[in-house]
Formats: sequence, structure tokens, C-alpha cells
Amino acid sequence: MLTNYVGVLFLFIFALILPALMITLSKIIAPSNPSAEKSSTYECGIEPLGDANTPQSMHFYVIAILFVIFDVETLFLFPWAISYDLLGIFGLIEMIIFIVILLVGFIYAWKKGALDWVS
Amino acid sequence: MPALLLLAIKVILTVTVVLLTVAYCVYAERKVIGHMQQRPGPQFVGWRGLLQSPADVLKLIIKEDIVPTKADKFIHFIAPVLCLVPAVLALAPIPFNKSGSLLIADINIGVLYILAVSELGIFGIILAGWGSNSKYSLMGAMRSAAQMVSYEVALGLSLVGVFMMSGSMSMVEISKAQSGSVWYILPQFLGFFVYCVAAVAETNRTPFDLPEAETELVAGFHVEYSGMKFAFFFLAEYTNMIVVSSIAATCFLGGASGWLLPPLVWYLIKVYAFLFIFFWLRATFPRYRYDQLMEIGWKFLIPLALANVVITALIKAYI
Repeated sequence: MLTNYVGVLFLFIFALILPALMITLSKIIAPSNPSAEKSSTYECGIEPLGDANTPQSMHFYVIAILFVIFDVETLFLFPWAISYDLLGIFGLIEMIIFIVILLVGFIYAWKKGALDWVS
Repeated sequence: MPALLLLAIKVILTVTVVLLTVAYCVYAERKVIGHMQQRPGPQFVGWRGLLQSPADVLKLIIKEDIVPTKADKFIHFIAPVLCLVPAVLALAPIPFNKSGSLLIADINIGVLYILAVSELGIFGIILAGWGSNSKYSLMGAMRSAAQMVSYEVALGLSLVGVFMMSGSMSMVEISKAQSGSVWYILPQFLGFFVYCVAAVAETNRTPFDLPEAETELVAGFHVEYSGMKFAFFFLAEYTNMIVVSSIAATCFLGGASGWLLPPLVWYLIKVYAFLFIFFWLRATFPRYRYDQLMEIGWKFLIPLALANVVITALIKAYI
């Protein structure tokens, strides 16, 4: 079984060699004359103003937490979906209960406004 | 030993073909969008502009690599590589013909592997935004990460119905399961619809290209990149497009099955048809607003995908 992953290993090695080759080639051929203006951060032509690492909207973090919950749910569904024929009616009821529990959480997040961006 | 050599040849061949496809995807995209907007598109380099792509590659190689003084040098360097490597790795379980003799790794969890590996590309985008130390980059990276994780859930859920019908996650098995019966696009049309929307959003393409939004974020997470490093982001984006098109062709359009023509040709036709839809969308639709984008993902696609799972389960239980 594990021998099937030898191809992945080969691909990984090749995927690392490829960018290394291209960057080296570019390093050899491309010119390099850095200057203060050229190496300054791009801000639409004006001088960079203040710190670049500005605070971001809280919503991004809420979305990240929701993602963890729902992606794990999806991963639980995958093995269930594959062995669905073997599990029969028991599997169906089991998974409907699981989905309903998650839906309660989903509706809670929705009502709390975690999914709204304009408030 | 000959097996390993054969494997190495397969790896090099697949990646080369994909990279060439990417190069000509850019040309095809400009041509298609050009003709859709009543202009000729690229036409000066070579016959009908056919040498445009080699010229672009050459230009990107000889461009100066600019690293901003404020940037974190190591992260700025590693981010484009982290974007490209997962995109190339995701090519491993893609079957190009029926028997699967052309694929690199026959993994029994093929689709899950692709979803898992291609999602690693988010690290590249986040690090590019953070390492560049620029406001636009950071904003683009945050948007991109939130968008990709949101649509990842819908993408995964939309494929559950397919797994249920085929009883396998292997790309070869899924396409084999469809060769006798109907293609899954018919019984799984809800899943197919959700998959298409989520796939466009996953690859950051128009109308969901908020992370790049040229008119407001100038280029999003890769604004501080030039030359070869910029090319890596570009390659990663188009390779991801090919990967999601391949999943769609395998899971919903019957893989390599078809009439008359050889399986490999059918497979490529299906993948290219999908790529054409990507270009078509870009020529047709304006960009969504960010709040609309997130609301479509969470309030519409995820409930729809869950409904598809339940409906598929009920139908399978009673038929």
C-alpha cells in the first residue's frame, strides 16, 4: 500500500528541484541594481505610511474558528460516505443526528451574526 | 529498478505537460477573452501570437528580483515556493486514462489527498502577505485565506455525494464506477453546481478574485513580488485550475470514458472544457463584493451541499 506513495515522493523531489532551478537561472541572468526607492514598500506611489502590520477585522478569526469546526465535520462525512452501503439504515440515522447537531451550531453562529460582514 | 525509472519519467512528463498547458492557458485565456470582447488578443509574437507564452517566460526569467528592504527576507523567499510545491504535488493521483497506467500514484484516498495537499497553498499566500510587510499584501492575504477556508468546506461537502455513489475516494475507482452507468453530473447536479462555484472561489478566479482585486488591492498578496517569484504564484494558480478541472472531470463527467476517441483525448477534452469555462466566467462576470462573497459561501453553498448529502443518503437508502 505504502509503495503507492513512492510516486508522491518523486513528485515532491521534482517539485522542489523545479523552483530551485528556475530561481538559480533567474539569479544568473537577471540584473540586480537595488535602490532605496525601488526597494521601498509599494503604496500606490506615495511614501509608505506607518506600520504595515495594521490590525485586521475580527471577522477573519471567527471565520477561521468556524472553518475548523466545519472542515472536521466534512472529514467525518468522508469515511461515512464511503462505507454507506455497508452501514445501511443505521448509518443514515446516525449521520442525520450528527448533521442536525451541527446544524444547531450553524444556526446559532448565523443568528449571532458571525456570518454577516455588514453590521 | 525499471519501475522506478518509469515512475521518474512519468513524473517529469506529467509536470512538463502541465507546465506547458499552463503556459498556453495564459495565451488561450487572453485569446478567448479578447475575442469575447471583440478584440484580437495577442497577435504580434509569432503566427497569431502563438509565441507569446515563450516570450512571457523569457521576460519573467530576465526580470530583476526585487526584495523590499522592510520585508522578512526568508519568508519572502519561501512563500512562492510554498505556493507552487503543493500545487504540483496535487497532480499525483490524477488519472489520465481508464486503467490508471498514466497516473503517478494510485492512492486509495485520491480526492482527499488532493484536497489536503492543495489546501497547503494557503500557507504560501499567508506568508507572502505577512513577509512582504506591505498593507496591500496583508489585506490580500487575509482575504484570500478567509475565502479559501470558507469555500474549502463547501468544496469538500459537494464531493461527499460522489463518494457515496461510487463507494470510493480513489480517482481511478470513481471514474470506473461511472463508465457502466450515467455520469454523476446527472444524479449529483446539486453537488456539481456547488463544486463549480466553490472551485472557482478556491482558485481565486473571477468573479471571486477578491484577493487580487486589481482595482482596489493592486494585486493583493503578490504585490511585492517580481520576476521568477511572481511567476511561481502564477504557475500555482493555473496548476490549481488544472487540478480542480481534473477533479470535476473525474468525479462528475465520467473521467476518461467517451465514444470513438481514445480515453486520454476524452479526459483532456473534459479538462480543457472546464478551463474554457473559467475563461468564459472571467470575460462575463464583474467581481463580487467581499461581504456578498462570504455570504454566498456560508449561507448558500454550505446549506445546499449539506442538503445534497442528506438527499443523496435518503435516495440511496430507499432505492
